[in-house]
Amino acid sequence: MKAAIFEYARADSVAQACSLLAEYGADAKLIAGGQSLVPMMAMRLARPAWLIDVNRIAELKSSRRDGADWVTGAALRQADVERDGEAARAVPLIRQGLYWVGHVQTKNRGTVGGSLVQADPAAELPLVAQTLGARFVLRRTAGERTVSASEFFQAPMMTATEPDECLAEVRWPVWQGERIGSAFDELSIRHGDYAIVAACAQVEVDSAGRCVRAVLGIGGAAAVPVSVEAIARSLQGTQLEDAAIDAAVESIGQYLDPGSDVHATAEYRVHLARVLAARVLRQARANAAGGGRGSRA
Amino acid sequence: MAEKTSPYGFRYIGAKRRTKEDPRFVTGRGRYAADVQLPGMLHVAIVASPYPSARIKSIQAAEALALPGVRCVLTGAELCAAIDALYVGVDAPKVKRYPLADGLVRYAGEWVAAVVAETRAIAEDAVELIEVDYEPLPHLVDPEEAAKPGAVLVHPEHGTNVLYHRKFVWGAVDEAFDKADHRLAFRARWGRSATVPIETFVAVAQWDAGNEILDIWASIQMPKFPDQVARALRLPGNAVRVHFDIDVGGSYGVKRGIKHTLLVSYLAMKLKAPVRFLEDRLENMRGGDMHGPDRIFDMQVAFDHDGTLRAWKIKALDDVGAYAGRSPLQLGKPVSAICGPYRIPAVEYEPTSVMTHKTPQEAVRGFGQSPTNFAMELTIDRVARHLGMDRLELRRKNLIRKEEFPYRIPSGTTYDSGDYHTVLDKALKAADYAELVRRRDEARRAGRLAGIGVSTCLEPSGGNSSFEPLFNPKNETTTWMDSCLVRVDLNGAITGVFGTSSSGQGHQTLVSTVVGEVLERDPSGIRVIAADSLNALPSNSPVGSRMAIMLGGAAAGAARKIRDTLVRIGAHNLGLAVSAVTYRDGDVFDTLHPEKRLAWDQLVDVAHRKFHKMPPDLEPGLQAKFVWEVPTGGTLPTEDGQVQMYPCYSFETHVVYVEVDPDTGKPVLQRYVVGHDCGVMINPDIVHGMTYGGVAHGVGAALYEKFAFSEEGQLLSGTFMDYLIPSALEVPEISIVDHCTPSPLTTFGQKGSGEAGYLGGPAAIACAINDALDPIGTAIAETPMSHLGLWSLIRAARAKPKMKDAA
Amino acid sequence: MNEPTSSVCITVNGVEHRCEVPTRLSLVDFLRETLRLTGTHVGCEHGICGACSVILDGDPVRSCLMFAVQADGHSITTVEGLANADGSMSVLQDSFCETHGLQCGYCTPGMLVATHSLLKHNPNPSAGEIREAISGNLCRCTGYQQIVDAVQLAAQRIASTGNR
Repeated sequence: MKAAIFEYARADSVAQACSLLAEYGADAKLIAGGQSLVPMMAMRLARPAWLIDVNRIAELKSSRRDGADWVTGAALRQADVERDGEAARAVPLIRQGLYWVGHVQTKNRGTVGGSLVQADPAAELPLVAQTLGARFVLRRTAGERTVSASEFFQAPMMTATEPDECLAEVRWPVWQGERIGSAFDELSIRHGDYAIVAACAQVEVDSAGRCVRAVLGIGGAAAVPVSVEAIARSLQGTQLEDAAIDAAVESIGQYLDPGSDVHATAEYRVHLARVLAARVLRQARANAAGGGRGSRA
Repeated sequence: MAEKTSPYGFRYIGAKRRTKEDPRFVTGRGRYAADVQLPGMLHVAIVASPYPSARIKSIQAAEALALPGVRCVLTGAELCAAIDALYVGVDAPKVKRYPLADGLVRYAGEWVAAVVAETRAIAEDAVELIEVDYEPLPHLVDPEEAAKPGAVLVHPEHGTNVLYHRKFVWGAVDEAFDKADHRLAFRARWGRSATVPIETFVAVAQWDAGNEILDIWASIQMPKFPDQVARALRLPGNAVRVHFDIDVGGSYGVKRGIKHTLLVSYLAMKLKAPVRFLEDRLENMRGGDMHGPDRIFDMQVAFDHDGTLRAWKIKALDDVGAYAGRSPLQLGKPVSAICGPYRIPAVEYEPTSVMTHKTPQEAVRGFGQSPTNFAMELTIDRVARHLGMDRLELRRKNLIRKEEFPYRIPSGTTYDSGDYHTVLDKALKAADYAELVRRRDEARRAGRLAGIGVSTCLEPSGGNSSFEPLFNPKNETTTWMDSCLVRVDLNGAITGVFGTSSSGQGHQTLVSTVVGEVLERDPSGIRVIAADSLNALPSNSPVGSRMAIMLGGAAAGAARKIRDTLVRIGAHNLGLAVSAVTYRDGDVFDTLHPEKRLAWDQLVDVAHRKFHKMPPDLEPGLQAKFVWEVPTGGTLPTEDGQVQMYPCYSFETHVVYVEVDPDTGKPVLQRYVVGHDCGVMINPDIVHGMTYGGVAHGVGAALYEKFAFSEEGQLLSGTFMDYLIPSALEVPEISIVDHCTPSPLTTFGQKGSGEAGYLGGPAAIACAINDALDPIGTAIAETPMSHLGLWSLIRAARAKPKMKDAA
Repeated sequence: MNEPTSSVCITVNGVEHRCEVPTRLSLVDFLRETLRLTGTHVGCEHGICGACSVILDGDPVRSCLMFAVQADGHSITTVEGLANADGSMSVLQDSFCETHGLQCGYCTPGMLVATHSLLKHNPNPSAGEIREAISGNLCRCTGYQQIVDAVQLAAQRIASTGNR
């Protein structure tokens, strides 16, 4: 398991990365943490002719509040983001999702942007991004564009990023309010594995406990993570009581298109989506009611 | 951790003692086969078959050979003509196996060609350039189909896919079934998993042309490995030197790599350069030939109202994959404990070993015993459930009693000793069984699926070879000796020498402790080395939980010879009879006048330099070897297949509390206690460590690990992303309660323990999960008990009453 | 096509190494095959088993999931660099010996790297926290029990003596 040969270039700025991408096009691949790319290269399932290392680009490591968004640079390490209390207060689902990602060693190296661009349909960060409606800032030599999560995730391991584009930063919407709660849960066979199915939710309730806003997402049950907007919407105005949640998630299968493999059938995945959706909604409700922004699950 | 002083009254045996091995490993100074770096060493990568069954029409290697750095492309056509086929454990001479496919490929992943290059990366580049033209042939993956007449043949020359089949009947089985109050039958399946060490198989070979010796460094754990290598390469045995001082990065049975070794050996001789094959994980999982038993059990049991077991019939169909090796013999070891720890007067056993187009099977920890224990323990629980009887009461009623030992079972083996009831009671007490029951019942009332499992299982130990003649009448092997040499040098330092590899069992600690015990010298000053195969003594390697017994016994025997020599030297120089002197702490003195003595250094000095002071009939120098035959060994089976198999029988009972999430099928082991009796423990920390590790292997086999194959014959779990080895978060905290019933057959009362934990673990976990499933009226009798599998059962069970309601 | 190479300067266990490496050489192969620091082990080469764990600028990473060229300018500590300056075993290493937190030794360097880092961030970890910290390191020998014991023992000893 040794990678096929490739040329290596280290970019010191996003502009330089973009110009290298423009030069080598589809033969080139950006490498940040490499936690997914390197094993694929070792198995020779990926064989870029050029590897452009973006790990040293300072501008990809910013972490800041900008208006209504929390902004994370694409090359921020997952471990750093998980430890970042300010990020966790702004967008608690990021830390809640990262809890389930890999292990200490992979989080020390893996990046937020890398995980998103990898776009594994069962991965945690893409699910959080899709659920919250994060926006992706893509740069190329000719300029910059921002795409929504729903545009960004196109298929398994495929995003809207063009071969000459570099994901620069991700803008996560920050919910303002007193009573906001979120939760992330998943079923993986071992801790740290990709989820069989993952779910996350964020809700806001008013002083009477009535849901005024909700989002719900499911990962691992379709080609891309799914934000189940219809179900989330149907919960608005309810007290998020168990019966309302159970009724709302009953139809979740119609929004999903899961596959089957050796560890899980499509039917099992739909079932898990229903179970986990109900769990995260309950937990998010509890967290919102507690005034806190959420615990691990 | 172990107690500071020996609970058995020994000086060193049984006391807390750090191991000899650990310091080198924690400082990064272990020396594994992959650490061997030889000048000019070349590297191998493998071209593997994508088809489970095909004819190789042609292999085009020109483009690969043109790549700079590529030295050779070896195909089966060349290799198979140059070497002899590998050893087959049963009488099936036409099931020929070579390192590279001989014209036909018989499983997906089988090695078709080997590329040798200056680096492994270049070798992999070259592999991609080799074009193999295959003619796909029909394949089969279902062992029951494979056993039927008319099935597609994996080895057409053999005429059938069945490698071995026999029906053993020991005692009046049919009569017992006729007369018993009840009979039960069910099927159990043991899924294909293995112990999968973190180190893959590694072999390095170098041909020493000056001395005409083939040097081999390999991560090996295999009986008679040097002999097999020499025979297949058509070399005299004394032209092969296997370096046993290599640390093996885990084995638990599977590090057999004979085909890997033959491949690099042939290449090293051909290319006149050192050659290394460091199997990568993909090659290891698919073509490393280390999958474990893959077994279907059809169990029948006859029993009375009061729970008395009268007889059982065990049919075991084992899918060994595409080639034989020793794997069919994994159906043989269970004969040694075919009635488990129970008094069962009549047993029928019908093992069938069958080939399919899958990766070949290799020896795995317990050599077939863990699957058998799993099937037996499920049987016991089903009997209890059938009778409405408490599972513990049923076990207590049928377990062999302490006073009945030595106890002869129907298949001809006599169990040496045991106190099963006490070990069971100790484990239940340590687990606070009553509290567990309360907790389970409370969980059930809260709507959760909770269960307790208890297994009572045997670990046959002292690894003998009796299954070889039992399964192959042409094989008359009746000894599986092991040996040790103890040397005291001129300066009085002690060295122990043994002749096999170690893969974490602590043989250096074992030998130093035992030699120190006998010679009454501090083990920390005793060096222990693994000699190479040309310098070594007869050994059958650390298989079958044998080294505490066999190497321990041999080391003690050699040390006793040294001690006897020293006593004789002392007595001679004190002018006394041997009976008038005492040996203590290495000195010899006049028992009546202890001040008249020869100290250790003086005794050593006489032995090495002062021949004039030696007793007349003693050799000068101070070294002794001792070769030990397996206790109770040395006999061939009777016509009806009765034979004393293993000498010693360790006993373990596992108490497991599990909860299964009814909504997801996820099982969580919340409490795990093992009661264990392996006689005298030479180093308790080592024994406990192996037991914890065995439990972890059991957790993996029971819940997570499976080499799954598609209908198309492709391995679906060929990476560590799909083959799920449990981490520290899946393996629960484990408590061990020791008990000691010494074996009367061994030097210090020790029994084997290398397979402990694994032999009773899957059984107990399965019993716990079945207890959890019982209230919803469903059951499981297969491994692994996957999340998906459990959820499917739960869902089906929940659907049933609804249908009833509707009706 | 010729093998592309790149020059690197990597500090390993305090020693600076300047050399030309193939760009595709993994960090673990660089450590093992080029520098012959064979304490770091290869188990799966796809980032699951943790046997290749090393410390990169203070934090544990998997050295099979990095190319050596990416470590240019960085500082690596391997198991060979965990001992005290005088070559004696660290408290953590000694504690692994005391509880026999290993058998075949193959996963051990990775376990030491993972738990060394854990104790740096969390001097008094619970058994659960230790298990989480080593959950990315697979062991087939020990069932993890005596590893957890070793880390707890080391934490106690470090707390009472102040020595690592």
